[in-house]
Amino acid sequence: MQKKVAITGMGIISSIGLSVEENFQSLISKKSGISNLENIQTRHASEIKVGEIKITNQELQQLLNLPEENTFTRTGLLGAYAAKKAVESAGINDINEFRTGLISSTSVAGMDFTEKHYKKYEEHPEYQKYIQSHDAGDSSNKIANYLGLKGFVTTISTACSSAANAIMLGASMIENGYLDRVIVGGTDALSKFTINGFKTLMILSDTYNTPFDNDRKGLNLGEAAAYLVLESDEVIEKSNKKVLAYVAGYGNANDAFHQTASSENGEGAFLAMKQAFEKASIRPDQIDYINVHGTATPNNDLSEGRAMSRIFNNVPKFSSTKAFTGHTLAAAAAIEAVYSVLALQNSTIFPNLNFKTPMEELNIVPETEVVQTEINHVLSNSFGFGGNCSTLIFSKS
Amino acid sequence: MKNCYINGIGNVSIQSVDFDLFESEITEIQILNKAQQPSYTDLIARAMSRRMAKGVKMGIFAANKALFNAKMVDPQAVIVGTGLGCIEDSEKFLDAIIENDEQFLTPTAFIQSTHNTVAAQIALHLQCKAYNFTYVNGANSFESALFDAFMQLKHFNKENILIGGVDEIAPYTFSMYEMIGKVKQSGEEVNFKDPQTKGIALAEGATFFALSNNKTNNSYAEVLDVMLFNAFKDDEATEINTFLAKNNISVADLDVVFFGVNADAHQQEFYNKMNAVFSEIPQGYYQHISGSYDTASAFGLKVAAEIIQKQQLPKAVQYNNIEPNKIEKVLMINQFNNTDFSFVLLSKC
Amino acid sequence: MDALKQELKERIINALNLEDISIEDIQDNDPLFGDGLGLDSIDALELIVLLDKEYGIKLADPKQGKEIFQSVETMAQFVAANRTK
Repeated sequence: MQKKVAITGMGIISSIGLSVEENFQSLISKKSGISNLENIQTRHASEIKVGEIKITNQELQQLLNLPEENTFTRTGLLGAYAAKKAVESAGINDINEFRTGLISSTSVAGMDFTEKHYKKYEEHPEYQKYIQSHDAGDSSNKIANYLGLKGFVTTISTACSSAANAIMLGASMIENGYLDRVIVGGTDALSKFTINGFKTLMILSDTYNTPFDNDRKGLNLGEAAAYLVLESDEVIEKSNKKVLAYVAGYGNANDAFHQTASSENGEGAFLAMKQAFEKASIRPDQIDYINVHGTATPNNDLSEGRAMSRIFNNVPKFSSTKAFTGHTLAAAAAIEAVYSVLALQNSTIFPNLNFKTPMEELNIVPETEVVQTEINHVLSNSFGFGGNCSTLIFSKS
Repeated sequence: MKNCYINGIGNVSIQSVDFDLFESEITEIQILNKAQQPSYTDLIARAMSRRMAKGVKMGIFAANKALFNAKMVDPQAVIVGTGLGCIEDSEKFLDAIIENDEQFLTPTAFIQSTHNTVAAQIALHLQCKAYNFTYVNGANSFESALFDAFMQLKHFNKENILIGGVDEIAPYTFSMYEMIGKVKQSGEEVNFKDPQTKGIALAEGATFFALSNNKTNNSYAEVLDVMLFNAFKDDEATEINTFLAKNNISVADLDVVFFGVNADAHQQEFYNKMNAVFSEIPQGYYQHISGSYDTASAFGLKVAAEIIQKQQLPKAVQYNNIEPNKIEKVLMINQFNNTDFSFVLLSKC
Repeated sequence: MDALKQELKERIINALNLEDISIEDIQDNDPLFGDGLGLDSIDALELIVLLDKEYGIKLADPKQGKEIFQSVETMAQFVAANRTK
């Protein structure tokens, strides 16, 4: 008998808030976190908008009470902050009480520091301590050590779908009895590397991103971290804990179409959603809200919209929250998992900001206002370069 | 409960392209060891390969070999572990950012620099729309992929899975490693049995496996269990015994234990402890053949699977002087710098 | 114009790493994408950078490339008319 997978804690840091509550308040008051870039030196600063967290690394280190001699990069700092909040919110005192794991995800990893010191390490031995912090796995190990966690630790990197896969793996491990409790999510800092990378693909907007709008010009990059605490039935029973929501279904497929672009009819997205319905044993018409991937690139929104139109007879209410946060890459599915749980808890659909004109190819339109309605099941999509498509379904506790 | 068999293996390593563990002479390890590249022209169309990073080509080659070896055509998952992904393209893109002050940058290097590019391009190459994951957790990146496949085969409706480990060398990364002593300094001896200096002998490669529920004539071994963790909760011996006990065996039942020894005097301390735990057991090693990199343990699994199938432990991979009289249960132990630990338990099938 | 076309062919081969193709293999009116040289959308982005770097022409929208990159002929005409260096 497979076990149910409960969500018992959440932690988040994004450009719209340093806590779950702050994020919720921003979402329901339509307060976007998209701004001009401040913390990174780049010649493109005036041509882009970003979802930047206006807290310096020094401030984050203080918030975390780290010793001066640490080698955390921003990705690790954001991750440790959100993971710690998640653990606290789940009311966990002894992190190693049960078989506990950490499944993190990142795409940028320590690149934000590597790009600062690259080719300067020889003359500046004081920077060399950060060389090992470049590795993606290093950020997860640091987060685990910061939490005092000893157990299963791994890192997933499937571009912009990374955190969805971290949640999926964690849920699978709980269901099949490999872990009792697992902290799952993702973290990515803004970096010059990704700003320039997305710029070469010509998919960065020079203004506020407009998901699912006919005249969308591309995405805004953002930075964030978020983690969920997942626990098994047995642990919930033992600790008599409040369940925030359940991970009910998940699906993972590859579009196998192009290295960066999504296929015209959204085959990978379609397959991921289909699998998620099968796993959750629910029908598409039971979904009350979709938190779409909705990056606001011409390609993603059309492909995702087509996939939705294919799988749903009537596409349910949907919105992209990326107009609030920007596209936070590996962390995107984790922050949107938090938003999905908030939608379930508060019976609230969050608005898709900046939408004006429906896409001419499709007859679907996102929600543009805060909507109060009964919500039992939320579907969240996340897609990445390399055709990596993932879908999660969250259900009411 | 369904089983997890290793039915096919494919590999690109620093050894000759047709390297055979039981027959070939082993090329002696250096401080920096580049993989011997096979010819890719038959396998990958020029239109595709012109943009491919070395790691992608090695990965596609090893993946195809593994599938061919197992006569497997449509895996229901592609799962890859890599420490750093295609790091050479990350360097290229960073170099270009600096040299041209963020101007005239092109997308190819950026695309290849994303960690999931190998798994993604294998999916593209095979036109495989199935489950696709990439793990990036240092020295147990490959074991993460192996664990996921193991769980998928046991509990999900999947019959055939392709997994692999791949990492490549890049020039500036190597020089950074020299600065921090992660690799051996020029002129230092590379000694796996009694290392006197710190640092590893860096290498690169790709090793892929076709795993299946179904036992075939070509099955090398069965994967009985996989465990990975960041730190020991208890003392090492206790945790090893607990892991083995979970699988109804004890240390004395093991026929061979493989260590991921990497010629680093600092890291040898851990393996000295292992040596004490397994002092009565035949011991093996493999990084003197593969060189050391985050996913070298995938090469280790290839060696272990081959000795199980052949029932023969060649002198060249023996770490102590105890000869096995049969090879049925094999344990692999790996780590890097006292974290990213993994245990992999194999059985004759 | 002929010199420009030769130059473009050379630069396309280099920028896109078309190792097994020589200048003589590309006819002025051969389609670059699809059935012709078989280039794809990533190549189009590479060519946009080529225009910027070598001829000082900036394209804001990748869709513009569709017309310009039909063939070496169309590319040469566009470059001749718009180059700033």
